[in-house]
Amino acid sequence: MRSRSFDVLLILPAAIFTLAFLILPLARLTVEAGTGPSGFAGFFAILTEARYRNSLLVTLALSIVTTLATLALATIAAQTLAHRKFPGRGLLLSLMTFPLAFPGVVVGFMIILFGGRLGLVNSLSMAAFGTRAIFAYSLFGLFLGYVYFSVPRVLLTLLAAAEKLDPSLVEAARSLGAGPLAIQRDVVLPALFPAMYTGGALCFATAMGAFGTAFTLATSIDVVPMLIYTEFTLATNAGMAASISIALGAITWAALALARSRAMRDTKGG
Amino acid sequence: MNARAEAFTRCGSAITTNALTKTFHGHTVLQPTHLEIASGEILVLLGPSGCGKTTLLRLIAGLEQPDGPNMIRFDGEDVSALPIEKRNVGMVFQSYALFPNMTVAENVGYGLKVKGIRRKQRESETKRLLALVGLEDYADRRITTVSGGQRQRTALARALAIKPRVLLLDEPLAALDAVLRERLRVEIGLLLREFGITAVYVTHDQAEAMAIGDRIAVMQRGRIEQIGAPKAIYHRPANDFVADFVGTMNRLEGRVSDGILAVDAEHTQARLRVGGGDRSAVVCFRPEVARLTAGPGAIRARVIATTFFGATQRLVAEVAPGRQLQLDLASSLHFAPGQIVAFDADPQAIIEFEKDA
Repeated sequence: MRSRSFDVLLILPAAIFTLAFLILPLARLTVEAGTGPSGFAGFFAILTEARYRNSLLVTLALSIVTTLATLALATIAAQTLAHRKFPGRGLLLSLMTFPLAFPGVVVGFMIILFGGRLGLVNSLSMAAFGTRAIFAYSLFGLFLGYVYFSVPRVLLTLLAAAEKLDPSLVEAARSLGAGPLAIQRDVVLPALFPAMYTGGALCFATAMGAFGTAFTLATSIDVVPMLIYTEFTLATNAGMAASISIALGAITWAALALARSRAMRDTKGG
Repeated sequence: MNARAEAFTRCGSAITTNALTKTFHGHTVLQPTHLEIASGEILVLLGPSGCGKTTLLRLIAGLEQPDGPNMIRFDGEDVSALPIEKRNVGMVFQSYALFPNMTVAENVGYGLKVKGIRRKQRESETKRLLALVGLEDYADRRITTVSGGQRQRTALARALAIKPRVLLLDEPLAALDAVLRERLRVEIGLLLREFGITAVYVTHDQAEAMAIGDRIAVMQRGRIEQIGAPKAIYHRPANDFVADFVGTMNRLEGRVSDGILAVDAEHTQARLRVGGGDRSAVVCFRPEVARLTAGPGAIRARVIATTFFGATQRLVAEVAPGRQLQLDLASSLHFAPGQIVAFDADPQAIIEFEKDA
């Protein structure tokens, strides 16, 4: 009995933290969501009202594409960096993970410097072809910003997994006559899948909820976090902001849970 | 040799290496090495870590590039430039390197799959190999759920499935515990003989080398010190290093006159009949050739410790402080620490090396 009460004592700090910063605000948010003009039907407004639904679909599509692109970049980079020593490796790795130090706003600002009106790409394009090339404020700009923001996190996760991969697995596959594609398909990627699920889920969740980058770039696009912001501050529709928040939270949480169960299943198998 | 092994009997290539050399970053890890491995022969590369045995194996496999062209031949065909994918060699790794996301059968059939063999043929071939290594009941088990010994046999079957020209094994038993290792040592030796395939087997364990090899190449510092049948290596080691590495060897240094070696020793005179003319000599003998004697030409030594082995016991005794000898004697005899024993050695089994400069 005494050890049981001691266990309760140990879990107490985390419990208080969860209660204060998750459960209570969520409850408050849920109650708040019910106070909107349409009452608790507001929960489904994100699906029933075209403007909100479009925003959700755009955000989902952007997050999925961002996740896929980030995974592709990070998987290739992780394999290149793992098990390989070359001069400048440390420098390259620190450069690639540099964006970890930036908040989303700064990333957005860098995309503007790159693809905005006075940006590098536009200046070059004007000089070379006399045509404008501005993409910073488009979905593509947002996509670039999200990828830039996510690559370091996913790369570090995948690099750890790639370094754990036994090099003799690849040698064994080669000895059996497998080419580079077959080795990727049958040996390397299956070994990286758990890390890819974890990293991918992290990337997806970040992209779904990213605000800083969106705030700097999404002047004409309503991604869901921007939608919540405008509903809350400009339209002073706290109820709607609350219900969309809960919907966003639920989708992101479901994606994380799915990824974790897939990763666990693959780890158990391997 | 039975019918099921027949398919393998002709698939082993002879391997020839011609001044095979490997340099890493200006450091020569394999000195020019000439080797002739006959078709169907099992050659064991034996040596301490860093002796170049694994490098030699990886060069034959095609996982490392030799320093020059025309250094490795399979049946006379130069394969030096072929990467491992094209060399058709079967490899068994220390870690087994089995694919964790596949079943036992999928692992065994993988080489056939990437070669584009049809599913039906692949399955029957896989079944045949699983039967050969006694794993037919484990075909659909995930590789992560079978035992170390079963993984070992899966790795062997996977390597053989592609009908390789040679089979290369890199310390395949090193990851197993002692009991299992001893059992599989016998098992793997029998299987390799049954396959009749040319095999190169790397190990640092001399007992394993003795049990498995048709011939053993003892290596040190990137060179083959001696190559020969296990018995020849054991009974007629070419030098000190081989003598010490393969089993236990006693060493006595002194002057020979009238065929008797006289050793400076504390416990009266130590004399050993070795034959031959007068000279300075280093004389070696194995613990098991020591015999108790009451005769005059005997070595006297003080017993320090005894270890019971069952049929025999091993005595550690010293002729002078710090100069120890090991003797295997019948375990029915009784020795107490501090006691002086008198013994000699069968002159036929005594080995003499030239005294080091």
